[in-house]
Amino acid sequence: MTSRKRFHQPSVLPGFGLTFGFTTFFLSALVLLPLAALVTMAGSMHWGDFVHVVTSARALGSYRLSFGASALAAGINLVFGFILAWSLVRYEFPARKLIDALIDMPFALPTAVSGIALTSVFAQNGWIGRYLALAGIQVAYTWIGVTVALTLIGMPFMVRTLQPALIEVQRDLEDAAETLGAGRAYVLRRIILPTVLPAMLTGFTLAFARAVGEYGSVIFIAGNLPMKTEITPLLIVIHLQEFDYRGAAALGAVMLVMSFIVLLTINLIHAWGHRRMVASAR
Amino acid sequence: MAGGIAVAVRGELATRPGRDTVRAVLLRWTLIVVSLAFLASLLLAPLATVFAVAFQRGWQTYLQTFADSDTRDAIRLTLLTAAVVVPLNTLFGLAASWCIAKFEFKGKSFFVTLIDLPLAVSPVISGMLFVLLFGLQGWFGGWLQDHGITIIFALPGIILATMFVTFPYVARELIPLMQQLGNDEEEAAITMGAGAWMTFFRVTLPKVRWGLVYGVILCNARAMGEFGAVSVVSGHIRGLTNTMPLHIEILYNEYNFAGAFAVASLLTLLAVLTLIIKSLLERAGYQRR
Repeated sequence: MTSRKRFHQPSVLPGFGLTFGFTTFFLSALVLLPLAALVTMAGSMHWGDFVHVVTSARALGSYRLSFGASALAAGINLVFGFILAWSLVRYEFPARKLIDALIDMPFALPTAVSGIALTSVFAQNGWIGRYLALAGIQVAYTWIGVTVALTLIGMPFMVRTLQPALIEVQRDLEDAAETLGAGRAYVLRRIILPTVLPAMLTGFTLAFARAVGEYGSVIFIAGNLPMKTEITPLLIVIHLQEFDYRGAAALGAVMLVMSFIVLLTINLIHAWGHRRMVASAR
Repeated sequence: MAGGIAVAVRGELATRPGRDTVRAVLLRWTLIVVSLAFLASLLLAPLATVFAVAFQRGWQTYLQTFADSDTRDAIRLTLLTAAVVVPLNTLFGLAASWCIAKFEFKGKSFFVTLIDLPLAVSPVISGMLFVLLFGLQGWFGGWLQDHGITIIFALPGIILATMFVTFPYVARELIPLMQQLGNDEEEAAITMGAGAWMTFFRVTLPKVRWGLVYGVILCNARAMGEFGAVSVVSGHIRGLTNTMPLHIEILYNEYNFAGAFAVASLLTLLAVLTLIIKSLLERAGYQRR
């Protein structure tokens, strides 16, 4: 007890030992130990082998698709998510509350379900796919299909991040600007966008991060052709199925590093947004 | 659609005449229509498809899917997994939030980072972590084989992977809630002689109950629907290690679309139910922090 006292501030509340012990045990067994296995597995490779695995043509092709389609999907969400969040916050229309509740659907819906459902809607004989096919656009089993699935997955992140930010926008500033003769475009560019910019960047990063790792909703619609429509998580699964644990661990390590960079970016955006807010309040 | 907009615009102009209003109202309805079209094609059409395809061949075929023993085993396995994982993760969430929200200690932010980690990691990597530990060529693979214990491609692996993916949900709901509510009431109870457990059950638990329910239903939805992580550790053995989402994949790949979408319709209903409970909690005054 005495050694523990040193690193935790005294409190009249009971249960520190019990809850600290349980939490430490749980996190060590479930998170730290498995992470250590990944790091040592990837670390036990020769540097040359590691580089060979993570820079093979097939891996590079999968990064291009995973990161490219994720960025594109997050970009689509930046535009449509903004319009959607704006409509939900600013306008009153029939079934608005229901639509608002539905935004969380991609969170709650199992990815395998959204995967097969999107595939059947966007296949050549699907409800939407058949009209796109008339225009010569094939969605299912191409990179476009991957982007569609990743857009659905990222949508709630963008909308839910933007909604509170849009509520914060000061309406009287907009009214004042319009009274002084500013057009809607000018108000959007000079008042609304600067206020919600940190939220837009955060939403973009969150949607991007979720999309890069997404597996279930993508593999059904992707077609999964090496170099063309094969995402990085699928390549990891293929390595595992061939019992190439080291190759899988190496690719996993690359993706983990990317996740950490993304998390770091989100924290930097938060700090920057906070500094901006403090500065503008002065 | 254009007709609808015209009617709406005319309706608003009748109540609020003015030069700029025409453009403002037009803009408003254009944005609403764009929003709804975006949602309809990306979300509503796939949701409707699930039920349309599931019932394509009528009720009989739909029910037949659930008479199949493989489907029943998959449902049973999913329920069993959730029944193990959700209570354990709830216990962890309560312990972690008590420890983190009520005390100041070194290394607290490290705890919080570890709790956030599964949400930032690809589900495939989550599953792979346990393969690297317990798989045949993993850390403990040889030892486990010598002792005749199987974890990967068996129930324990599925439970571990599901637990990893879903344990943050309860904790992340409770930590900010407890931090915001503060310790005053607990401190008063303890000072006046209440025991530790009595303070927890009579003071803390009632304060955070909606947040707890919120976390538990999200945890449960994810636990029952997890695909990527479970897919990596399960081995897809029919009747043995096949959960509902994995069973959907098998039926789909066998071109048994009616069956795949029938199972999918059950999981869709689970998602709808989750969202309904979530909305009810928010209406009861619970606010996420």
